[in-house]
Amino acid sequence: MKKDNKPDNTAFTQQRLPAWQPVLSVGIVLPLFFIIGLAFIGIGIGLLITSNNIQEFEEEYTGIGDNSNCYICANNATANCKCTLNFTIAQPIQGSVFMYYGLTNYYQNHQKYLSSRDDQQLAGETYYLKNPSQSCKPYQMDINNNPIAPCGSIANSFFNDAFALYYNNQGFLDEVKLDGSAIAWWTDHNVKFSNPSQTGSNLSQIFEGTVKPINWSKPVYNLDVNNPDNNGFINEDFLVWMRTAALPDFRKLYRRISGNYSSFMPSGNYTLEITYNYPVKDLPGKKKVIFSTVSWMGGKNQFLGIAYLVFGSLCFVMGFILLIVYAKYQNVEDNDD
Amino acid sequence: MKTIVLWKGDCHNSAVLNLLALCSSALHIFTFTMYSAVKKYLPLPYFLYFCFIFKQMYDNTKVYHCTFISFFLQNNTIKTCKYNILTFLPLNLFEQFQRVANFYFLLIVILQSVPAISTLPWYTTMLPLLTVLFVRAAKDISDDLARRRSDKEINTRPCDILQGGSFKAEQWRHIHVGDIVRIRKDQIIPADLLLLASTEPHSLCYIETADIDGETNLKYRQALHCTHSRLQTEGQLSDFDGLVTCEEPNSLLHSFSGTLHWMGEQYPLSNDRILLRGFRLRNTHTCYGLVLFAGPDCKIMRNCGLFTVKKTQIEILLNRIVILVWRIAVLLELEILFESIEFIAATSRGDSSLYMGFLTFWGYIIILTEISQLIFSFEFIHVVHSLFIDWDLDMYFIEKDTPARARNTALNEQLGQIEFLFSDKTGTLTQNILTFKKCCVSGVIYGDNPCSNPTKEREDFSDQVLVDRLRSGEDRSLTEFFRVLAVCHTVMAEEVDGDLRYQAASPDEEALVTAARNFGFVFMSRTQDSVTVSELGKIRVYDLLAILDFSSQRRRMSVLVREPSGKIKLFCKGADIVIFERLETKCLYLDATEKALEEFAKDSLRTLCLASKNVPEEFYQSWSKEFLSATMAMQNKEAKLEAVYEKMEQELTLLGATAIEDKLQDGVPDTIHILKKGGIKIWMLTGDKQETAVNIGYSCKLLDNNMEILEVRCPRLLKVESEDTSDNFFQSLCVVCFFWKFQDEIFQQDSQIASCTKQVGILQHFVELASKCETVICCRVTPLQKANVVEAVKRQQKAITLAIGDGANDVNMIKRAHIGIGISGQEGLQAVQCSDFSLAQFRYLQRLLLVHGRWSYLRVCKFLNYFLFKTFSFSFVHIWFSFFNGFTSQPAYENWFITLYTVMYTSLPVLSMALLDQDVSCHASLKKPKLYWIGQEQQLFNLRVFAVTVLQALLTSLTLFFIPYGAFYNTAYDFQTFSVTVGTSAVFTRITYWTRFNVLAIALCLILYFIMTFILQSAHLYRVAPQDFSFPGAAYNAFSHPYVWLTILLTVVVSILPALIVRALNKALRSPDLHRVRQKALGNNLGGDACPLQGSLIQTITLSLIKGQFRITSSPNLQVLGHVEERLE
Repeated sequence: MKKDNKPDNTAFTQQRLPAWQPVLSVGIVLPLFFIIGLAFIGIGIGLLITSNNIQEFEEEYTGIGDNSNCYICANNATANCKCTLNFTIAQPIQGSVFMYYGLTNYYQNHQKYLSSRDDQQLAGETYYLKNPSQSCKPYQMDINNNPIAPCGSIANSFFNDAFALYYNNQGFLDEVKLDGSAIAWWTDHNVKFSNPSQTGSNLSQIFEGTVKPINWSKPVYNLDVNNPDNNGFINEDFLVWMRTAALPDFRKLYRRISGNYSSFMPSGNYTLEITYNYPVKDLPGKKKVIFSTVSWMGGKNQFLGIAYLVFGSLCFVMGFILLIVYAKYQNVEDNDD
Repeated sequence: MKTIVLWKGDCHNSAVLNLLALCSSALHIFTFTMYSAVKKYLPLPYFLYFCFIFKQMYDNTKVYHCTFISFFLQNNTIKTCKYNILTFLPLNLFEQFQRVANFYFLLIVILQSVPAISTLPWYTTMLPLLTVLFVRAAKDISDDLARRRSDKEINTRPCDILQGGSFKAEQWRHIHVGDIVRIRKDQIIPADLLLLASTEPHSLCYIETADIDGETNLKYRQALHCTHSRLQTEGQLSDFDGLVTCEEPNSLLHSFSGTLHWMGEQYPLSNDRILLRGFRLRNTHTCYGLVLFAGPDCKIMRNCGLFTVKKTQIEILLNRIVILVWRIAVLLELEILFESIEFIAATSRGDSSLYMGFLTFWGYIIILTEISQLIFSFEFIHVVHSLFIDWDLDMYFIEKDTPARARNTALNEQLGQIEFLFSDKTGTLTQNILTFKKCCVSGVIYGDNPCSNPTKEREDFSDQVLVDRLRSGEDRSLTEFFRVLAVCHTVMAEEVDGDLRYQAASPDEEALVTAARNFGFVFMSRTQDSVTVSELGKIRVYDLLAILDFSSQRRRMSVLVREPSGKIKLFCKGADIVIFERLETKCLYLDATEKALEEFAKDSLRTLCLASKNVPEEFYQSWSKEFLSATMAMQNKEAKLEAVYEKMEQELTLLGATAIEDKLQDGVPDTIHILKKGGIKIWMLTGDKQETAVNIGYSCKLLDNNMEILEVRCPRLLKVESEDTSDNFFQSLCVVCFFWKFQDEIFQQDSQIASCTKQVGILQHFVELASKCETVICCRVTPLQKANVVEAVKRQQKAITLAIGDGANDVNMIKRAHIGIGISGQEGLQAVQCSDFSLAQFRYLQRLLLVHGRWSYLRVCKFLNYFLFKTFSFSFVHIWFSFFNGFTSQPAYENWFITLYTVMYTSLPVLSMALLDQDVSCHASLKKPKLYWIGQEQQLFNLRVFAVTVLQALLTSLTLFFIPYGAFYNTAYDFQTFSVTVGTSAVFTRITYWTRFNVLAIALCLILYFIMTFILQSAHLYRVAPQDFSFPGAAYNAFSHPYVWLTILLTVVVSILPALIVRALNKALRSPDLHRVRQKALGNNLGGDACPLQGSLIQTITLSLIKGQFRITSSPNLQVLGHVEERLE
């Protein structure tokens, strides 16, 4: 008789595949808990020490209170209103210092906001320069139907306060040099963003026919007067802004302190001159500047260190509980009929 | 042809009938039928009919071919397929979108294509949806093609139809109502026929009804005398112009009422003139029949029930859960919507906050519906599980080259949850072969001689001692014994090519006569009044004085013969009890015979006792007068005959006993034993007699001698309920076995039977009572009743039911049960066609249920838990994130990550677990049937488990979101880094559910994740399509920060720890309290202490279920389970 219908005899069809299963025996679980506990406590301590070693100085300049220096600027919406902020650094800050601006209650992660950009335009595709994507609406075209470059909400809300820092050296203001180069991601600068290329023409010619975003005071090809290479879509400040924050309270890198103060900021009085343009009163949010040293873990944040310590300890406790449970119940079970 | 067939019953038809009666005298009347469906819904045929009559009145020609209404003629085509080329697409899509999930899927796709709402690109949902639809449709097509093929096979079977004066070879589908067909020996009857004539004397014809009611003995039908005498040639047949009025098509197999109007006279028609579709013609050369019902109107087809789509219990639960999830999601979204409206109102100017909120709402609907992907995986897993069944070599029947087949691929896990098993008897449990095994003559047992000839086939009876004694002829009672066997029966002998063949009404008789022949007592032939037997070479002719027939009440039959010597003898055979009652007072060997009978019964053999008696001439003379008057009696004939028989069958001399084996299929008792140990209640539903059913019950270990049998006949049913409602009743009986017996007469009157099955009350009581019993045997049930019993158990006990059978009479039950299994490899394929699974042998059932079913259940449940866990923990993050993004529907992850998360990053572990996971090996499953319990109790997936899973997912999602949140709070890390961190953690937390097979899969998936992430976030892809790949360098930058890695590490470990702790504790805490709790729960569930399963079960197994993982723990005194447990861990 023919055996046409006979199934194949393979390990898979007959479900005989070899298998390995992780075993959760006492001998493995208990040491696991203790090892995890120890490791976590170790990491936690390391993180906490690192975090504590980071020196951070934060100053708010929103200008809400009457006696605040920036009160006038915050309430009179005049362009390039200047205000100054005086502060004292009690302890000298060792090491290189980064300067951040911080915003609170600012939803850069809002869905409509996040999607209001045209990656193709920002990547330098010439067609999209003049024809921004629909996703940029209502910042796609201006009222005269000219294309906006860069289009969209994110670009339009570009943070445009400017800062100058002075060290109050015995009554004499010494400008602290701020370095704004390479503050954005390399990939953003070289891959994600680029200016539209057109041989033999400079940026302003390339951007001809487009208009600047409504809230901007300067066109995109003229963002950095001092450095012509730092203009257009690859302006570093612009790149930092376009890398949207994950959470509503965030900070963004503004400058690195360079020059004489690059590795050491002495204690004493400092004056921060603010060109106050960016309104946050309606959000209502706050604006801050932060000076911070940096370490391998980034900025100062104790959360992770504490979390590691807590869970490490919990693991340890759990390990002990398990030990007791094992010791106790294994005996009971043996006696149970 | 000039025959009218009409159905009476509804008022339209009776009006037509009156009209017809008026016309018939004046007109030749023509074949006329109405297509039943059209008849019901359209008045058109009536219209045509009247046109017809009028036309006929005018041209009064002889034969009118009604081609123009041939469309409305009921022909014999059956159609079980659902689609044709045109209807496939709309019908199939309609069916598919009736599933909630698919419809929801579609909604999402539509939403996603609206730019204002879309939060995710359209392809994230469209691709899975198309795949699901396509796979489903392909499966439906192949199923439908199979049905179409089988339809075609049945519809094109050959038959002879009378056309224009002679019979022409045609196909079944060409048969129309009113046709006259010719059936040859061993052919299957193609439609419900009125028997007109046959080639046998008196137009008798023998039929086998095994396919319809499972009874294996031959039955006969007889034509009316008038048709028999006047319709003997083809010419006469083609001139036949009778008119039949009969009942509407119905499902009652054992009743028929109608009238034949012919030659100015009326003849009543009852069931014994009717040949039903599915019968097989036996021992009759040819018969002729008039088609009364064809195609779907046939009684057996009416018994088939409608095709319904079956859903597994888990699927139903899942649907409920999916709807629940959606409801929760919608509520959450509404909450978010309000928040969002507030948020928008506070922040934006210009845009309507309500409108924006509305958009946001739909946006959330999209991102929170990852669960839809579940359906696709579910389908796929089912298909592979089915393939495993198809592939299983241990369920491949080598002799017939038939593997097991999972015909319905959506029911696998339910195989692991069966609580009630309904089995057919004939062809399913038994092979339907009877063999003479042993006998006891004068107290000596013969045939118990295993060493005589081991090479000889088992079923052959051989005992040299017996043969020698018989040949020597010294033992007179031995000769007498075989003489009784050779003479006392109703078997017909037929010589075919010099070979003697027996045609018996019951297989028992055939076995006995064949046995007698093997020992030299050859039954040669029979005439109306003599029986010729060759006794050890000597021909002897016995004058047949009377046959005292067998009936199930009498349970015996006798023949009264005059020996060649002139002495009158009564030969009697019957059930032991009835024979013992009628023995002479001083009977030799009584004790020895009783002992022998006991022994035979232990071997599950069917026994009969033989006895004889010398009848004095004068007694016979007086008795024969009484007998004659009883046979002539017009009233109470049966009772009178019985009384006369009783008089004769007294003072018998016991000769001995025979033992016949009704051969079971291989491995049936073992399988039943194992399944019973697995907690499955087995009911045997058979159309056969009570005695046969009980015998089989004993031989297949369904019943054993410790069981107490409670017989329930329909009218007594309620009584039992009312008398014995106390719990003691059940406790005092170890096992109760039910007989649900209906007398044949009831069917004809259609009264009591209807009240038995249709009155919900009685059926309800019956099921309530019967479900408590260990075993139930229902005898004399029709296919429809089988289905009703199944339905009642299904509904009342809320249990998962399985029906197994092989014949057309099981089709309805197979369709109605949660799972229907057909025994394949037999001739009638109808049961297989309608079944969900087909097996070649009953014994494969244990592997199908205990191994495949159990694994399938385990895998599907684990899969569901895992899938729900991973989807929820993944999706809930969006909700937590929404609290920090102004309640806008911003996904927390990259689009590509969302798209690939289910499809690629987590699919392998899920699939490897859902396809390959085994908690115990197949040998352990079969050895410890009690492990089957998890499925019956729905331990692995229920609302509680679901709640636990959701809770775990909730915890994990909280961890997934808030640890990175804390770490990134007020830092310069951006959204994309955050996304990558959370996403990576999410992928890593999948190792929570590791099992035997998916360790490798998890590792593969992690590697895949990193590779894919780097590819999707590469500069090249960004340059190609900046819009679609908007995360260039995000992972690269994120992974270069050790801080991100530390965050991921903490998140993952914290997510996994609870599960780990629970597992570890669970292993340690096999608290005795848990045992007791389980014991109690189990006691309640199984009801009553009588169940032997319960005690042992509690001692041996404790199943604990935590976080969707289950383990089996055992008490230390049971070592086998200990091994099982080790393997489990």
